[in-house]
Amino acid sequence: MPITVNGNEAELPHDPRVSLLDLLREDLHLFGAKKGCNQGACGACTVLVDGQRVLSCLTLAVQCEGRHVMTVEGLAGDNGLHPLQKAFIEHDGFQCGFCTPGQICSALGMAAEFDRGVPSVITEDFDDDGVALTPEEIRERMSGNLCRCGAHNGIVAAIAEVHAIQGDRTDSREAAA
Amino acid sequence: MSAVSNAGHPGTAVGLAANQWGQGDNPDPLIRHKHGLVGTSVSRIDGPLKVQGKATFAAEFVKEGLTYAALAFSTIAKGRIETLDTSAAEAAPGVVLVMTYKNAPRMKPMPLFMTAEKAAGGDNLPIMQDDRVHWNGQPIALVLAETQEQADFASSLVHATFKAEPSVTNFKEAKRRGTKTGEFGGGPLKLEIGDAEAALTQVPVSIDAQYSTPRHSHNAIEPHAATVAWDGDALLVHDASQAVVHTAWSLSSVFGIDESQVHVTSPYVGGGFGSKTLWQHQVLGAAASKLAGRPVRITLSREGVYRMVGGRSQTEQRVALGADKDGRLKAIIHTGVVAMSHQNALPEPFILATRGAYAADAFKLHVEVAQMDMLANTFMRAPGEAVGTFGLECALDELADKLGIDPVEIRILNEPDKHPTEGKPFSSRNIVEAWRTGAQRFGWAKRNAKPGSVRQGEWLIGMGCATGTYPYYRMPGGAARITLRKDGHARVEIAAHEMGMGTATAHSQVTADRLGLPLDQVTFGYGDSKMPGAVLAGGSQQSASIGAAIVAAQHALFAQLLILAGNASPLAGLRPEEVGGFNGGLVALADLARSESYASIMGRAGRDEIVVQEDAPPPMELQNWSMHSYGAMFCEARVNAVTGETRISRFLGSFDCGRILNAKTAASQFRGGIIMGLGLALMEETQFDERNGRIMNPSLAEYHVPAHMDVPEIDVIWNDIPDPHTPMGAHGIGEIGITGTAAAVANAVFNATGKRVRDLPLTLDKLM
Repeated sequence: MPITVNGNEAELPHDPRVSLLDLLREDLHLFGAKKGCNQGACGACTVLVDGQRVLSCLTLAVQCEGRHVMTVEGLAGDNGLHPLQKAFIEHDGFQCGFCTPGQICSALGMAAEFDRGVPSVITEDFDDDGVALTPEEIRERMSGNLCRCGAHNGIVAAIAEVHAIQGDRTDSREAAA
Repeated sequence: MSAVSNAGHPGTAVGLAANQWGQGDNPDPLIRHKHGLVGTSVSRIDGPLKVQGKATFAAEFVKEGLTYAALAFSTIAKGRIETLDTSAAEAAPGVVLVMTYKNAPRMKPMPLFMTAEKAAGGDNLPIMQDDRVHWNGQPIALVLAETQEQADFASSLVHATFKAEPSVTNFKEAKRRGTKTGEFGGGPLKLEIGDAEAALTQVPVSIDAQYSTPRHSHNAIEPHAATVAWDGDALLVHDASQAVVHTAWSLSSVFGIDESQVHVTSPYVGGGFGSKTLWQHQVLGAAASKLAGRPVRITLSREGVYRMVGGRSQTEQRVALGADKDGRLKAIIHTGVVAMSHQNALPEPFILATRGAYAADAFKLHVEVAQMDMLANTFMRAPGEAVGTFGLECALDELADKLGIDPVEIRILNEPDKHPTEGKPFSSRNIVEAWRTGAQRFGWAKRNAKPGSVRQGEWLIGMGCATGTYPYYRMPGGAARITLRKDGHARVEIAAHEMGMGTATAHSQVTADRLGLPLDQVTFGYGDSKMPGAVLAGGSQQSASIGAAIVAAQHALFAQLLILAGNASPLAGLRPEEVGGFNGGLVALADLARSESYASIMGRAGRDEIVVQEDAPPPMELQNWSMHSYGAMFCEARVNAVTGETRISRFLGSFDCGRILNAKTAASQFRGGIIMGLGLALMEETQFDERNGRIMNPSLAEYHVPAHMDVPEIDVIWNDIPDPHTPMGAHGIGEIGITGTAAAVANAVFNATGKRVRDLPLTLDKLM
C-alpha cells in the first residue's frame, strides 16, 4: 500500500533507512518540512500523520505505509492560506522562516490534542471541562519546536488567535457527542 | 494590516537625500516624511512563501544528477593522519567517490574574514591538502553518494588513525604559555587614559570583580548547506549566506578562477547570527563536485555544524569601577583574556561597549588573547558587546548596590556628553530618555532595593536593569541598481541578504516612499552575487549600507528622468534636488502642481525602462561622529528558593536606535536579540573538553537554547528619534537586543536572591 501525502499517493522507498523527512524532501521534493537536527531535538521536521504531529526525521518512511501525511504544503486550500498561516504572517510569528512549517504543523497537531482532552504537564485539573488553551499552555505544548530567531511571542499570539477561538474542549466534546 | 499607500497623499513628496552622510546639517528628507510607509507595521513580504514552506533554502535546489555529501571528522586536536582507509566506504552501495587529502584538487586556503575587502573565510588553513590535523573535528574525508543515506552510511566506514602531537586545549595552560594583545578593526584592543589603577585606590567606593562567559554556538535552525555545480570553469553555489559577494570572491581565490566565474545565490537563509559566512564545507562541496563532475549537495549534520563552524569564544573579564560618594565614575577598568584559535583573527572584543558607555576620568581597557588548538572561533551576534556588557553592567549594578543608589539613576548620572574615550560628539544619543520611559513602563519604582526581600511562596522575585549598546556601522561597498519600468514598477537590486531581519520588506517600504510608489509597485532583489555591491549582513550595518546605496542610485534615476522629461514636461528646467517622488511620478517640491508621472515621461521618451546603478558614498559619518544604538533593558526574574530554578517573568527593552523603518519586523529583531540574550544568561554553553579539544554537546538536545516555555511576552518600545546623520535616520537593530540582556537578568537574580553570579550561564547549581 502506498503512502498518501497531501492527498496524493506516493511510492514508498526501497531503502528502509529512508526517513519520512527524506522521502518528503529528496524524493517528493516537498521541502516544507525542514531538517534542523535530524535527531528529534528541534521540531523543524514536524508533519501530521493521520492528524497527529510527528517528527518526520525520527519516522521511517516505511512506517507510514497506508497512512495519510499532511505537510505544510497541504494546508492552503482553494480559499487561500489556512487561518493559522495567515495569523503567523499577521503576528510576525517567524523571521527566517526555517522553523515555521514545523511550528505550524505542530500547532495544528497540538490544538487537536488539546481538543481531545490531552493534558500537558502544567494543566492543573484535566477533569475540568472549562480548561482553556492559554498562552502558558501553548508555550508548554509547543516547547518541542525550537525557534532561534526569537519569534516565540508571535508564534504564541498566532496560535492563540486561531485556536483560542476554535479550540475549546467543551465545544469539541459536545460536537463529538 | 491596514492597506497602506502613500500614493495620493498630497504634500508627501520626498525630495532627494544628499548623496553624502555625516557632513553639514543635511538630514535625509525621509526623516520628515511622516505619512508614508516607513515606520508602519507592514507584514513581511516573503511571509506567504515562508508559511507555506515554499521559500527555497540552500539545500532545496533541485539538480539533475545530484549527489550527496557526508563528512568524517578528526578525533584529535593536533597531529597527523597516520592511516586513512577508505576502501570499505568506496565499496559501499551508491558511493560515487571518497575525497581525502590524497585526491582532493589543489586549492588555496580561504582568505580569512576581514583580512581583505571581500574575504569571507572562517579560517585560513589548507583544506584537505595534506595529512595535518589542526583541530578536533576537522573534516578528513568526504563521501559522495547517490543518496544521503548511502553517503551517511559510507562515511561511517572511513577508518582513520592519527599520530597526535602535543596540543594546547586547556585554557589555563594556554594562558600560562603567554598572551598577546588582541587586535580588532586594525588596532589593538588596548586603551589607557590616565592612571585607572591608581585612581581606583583613591576613590571612596569601588568594585573589583571577575566575570566569565563560556563558549557559545549560533545554532541557526538551518544547518549550513550548499548545493554546488560546475559548468566548465564556472562555479554555481546555492548557499546559506550572509555574504554572497564575499563568498564568491573568496571561492574564486580558493579555486584560482576569476571572480566573475563564481555565482553565489542565497535567496533565503535559515538564520545566521554571524555563522553563515564561508567555511570549509562550501569549498569541500565544490571540490568534490569538480572531482565527480556532478552537482553536489552538502548539508552539514547538526554535529557537523559544531565540528566545522566556529562560535563565540570564552572570556574571563576583570571589571573594576571606582566612584565618588555620589556615584560618579572616576575609574573604569575592563581587562581580561579570551581564547582564540591559531587560524582566525577574532579575539572576542569584550571592551568595545566599555569604550563609550560611561563618562570617567581614567580608563584601562585591554583584551589579551590566549591561543588554543581548536576550531576557529568567530563572530556571533554582537561580538564583544554581548558578553562585555555582562561584566560591565553587572559591575555597575554591584557599585550601585554598594553606594545605595538606584541602578537606573547611576547610569543616567554617568551619562557622557561626548564619547568618553574618543572625544567625538554623539550623532544621536538619547539613552536617558529611553531609561526614563522604560522605567515608567516597567514599573521600576516598585522595585525593592533590598535583595531577597520579595517572595511569593517558593519564589523569590527581583528586578534588574542594564544598558545595551552596539555601534552604528556602514561598511564601504554599498551599491544598488534601480530598474524603473514604464508601468511605474521599480525593482531595486543589491547583493544584500534576508536572514529574517525583514530587509526586503523594510527597503521596499523605503524605496516606495522615496519614489512615490505604492508598495506593490516595488520589488527588492537581493541574495545574489551577480547583483551590485558587496554588502555584508553583519555588524548591524546592512540597512544603512542599503539605504545609502538606494539614495545614490536614486540621484542617477532622477537626473535621467529629468533629461528624458525635457522641455515639454511641466518639470522642465528643474534639477534633481528640486523634485521628489510622488504619486507614481516626479513633482516639483516647491510647486506640487508641477508634476509628471513616470509613465508619461518614459512614454514620451519612447522608453520601456530606465536602469541606473551607483555606488554608495564612503561612510564619512563615522569619521565625524560617534554613532551607536542604545537600549535600556529591564528584567523581572523569579528564582525558586528550593530548586534554584530561574524563570524570567517580564522583560522590557526600551530602545534608542534612530528611526524605525518597520514597526513589526523591528519589534521582532529586538525581541529576537533579547531572547538570544536570555539564552546567554540562563542556559547556553558550548562545552569544550579541555583534555582533547572536542566539543562535548554538539546537538540541540544538549546545547540548550530558549524554548517557548522559557520565553515570556517580551515588551519592546523605542523612542523613534531619527539620527540626522544617517540614511533614513536609522541605526542598526539586529544586535542591540542581545547586549545588556544577560546583565539585566543577573542583576534581577541578585535583587531576587542576594546572590551575585558572575559566571555565565546562571544555572540553578549556582543559585543553590
